[in-house]
Amino acid sequence: MGEYVQMIIGFILVNNILLMQYLGNCPFLGTSKRMETAVGMAMAVVFVLVLAGVITWVTEMYLLKPLGLEYLRTMSFIVVIAALVQFVEMFLKKSVPALYTGLGIYLPLITTNCAVLGVCLININEEYNFLQTIVSSFGYSTGFGFALILFAGVRERILLARVPKALQDTSIGLVTAGMLSLAFFGFKGMI
Amino acid sequence: MAKTLTQEFVKGLWAEIPPFRLVLGLCPILAVSKTVENAVGMGIAVIFVLVCSNILVAALRKIIPSKVRIACFIIVIATFVIVVELLMQAYTYPLFLKLGIFIPLIVVNCIPLGRAEAFAYKNGIAASAADGLGLGIGYAMSLTVLSSIREVFGNGTFLGATVFGPSFQPFKFMVEAPGAFVCLGLMLCIMNAMGKK
Repeated sequence: MGEYVQMIIGFILVNNILLMQYLGNCPFLGTSKRMETAVGMAMAVVFVLVLAGVITWVTEMYLLKPLGLEYLRTMSFIVVIAALVQFVEMFLKKSVPALYTGLGIYLPLITTNCAVLGVCLININEEYNFLQTIVSSFGYSTGFGFALILFAGVRERILLARVPKALQDTSIGLVTAGMLSLAFFGFKGMI
Repeated sequence: MAKTLTQEFVKGLWAEIPPFRLVLGLCPILAVSKTVENAVGMGIAVIFVLVCSNILVAALRKIIPSKVRIACFIIVIATFVIVVELLMQAYTYPLFLKLGIFIPLIVVNCIPLGRAEAFAYKNGIAASAADGLGLGIGYAMSLTVLSSIREVFGNGTFLGATVFGPSFQPFKFMVEAPGAFVCLGLMLCIMNAMGKK
């Protein structure tokens, strides 16, 4: 048990996927302008990434490996993720409309979120077992959500500040992300 | 016709240079710009994928039904990404190891998908090829510039060769994650200042 707790803390703080591994930066900058959208995106990513991590792991172990088709990994994973996102969207619309209205518009965006495919590939490359796959998918996606919400909070304050014209929007966003990343740097060596 | 082809090519180099003007494909830009060598390798891989996928999408644009076009684009792009991955594994193995996960991630790098949707699906093969080549080179150029800055200041080297004298203290901040964000942000700022005439 302790090993898994350590893994989760490591994925959230030390190896934060956004700020340390540079994955998923497009939605990071795109959806962080308002707190509401950031929370929606963060929840959608946690939800989909855990499911996608499990399903791609099963695909790899029971479909690609026995058939010797590992070279098709990239393509099959992206197709599986796209289908999964579509399926989750339809399922939520029918059975949990409240959650659907919350996550709705962020779900289709997740297909091209490189954090999702990235974590699925990391799980395979690191040769995690089934339980470790669940833990790492959960840890990474929580880290993504955590950093995204923190960043949205900072960015809402920037809206009130007077920023030079050339630095506005994405530019100041990136510099701020750098500062946030510097703060997360302090966790390095903790585990 | 020749003139418009040139225009399609040139716009990718400055007017629509991908990471700065379109703010697409940021993750690999940040991750592989630690050294110039990685950046050039990644740039070439992206050019290849972008040109090939643009050509194929343009060639198939009359056959692909518009309702499932995104899925078709992704499959086309994934095919070429696998080709690049296997080629790099076979011929440039050390570089393949260094770029690691970021080669398969070209699939979800928004640039090829964005160009397929915004350009190749509506235009002919030659124009799409020119568009892909221009944007690909623009992308590779910005990667190279960013990685040059980071490698020279962060490590004191350029393509592995030492630039400064032995007394130079490398500015480690630049090669680590925070430096990547700050450096890209400042480059974007300079581009904004220059672009507004």
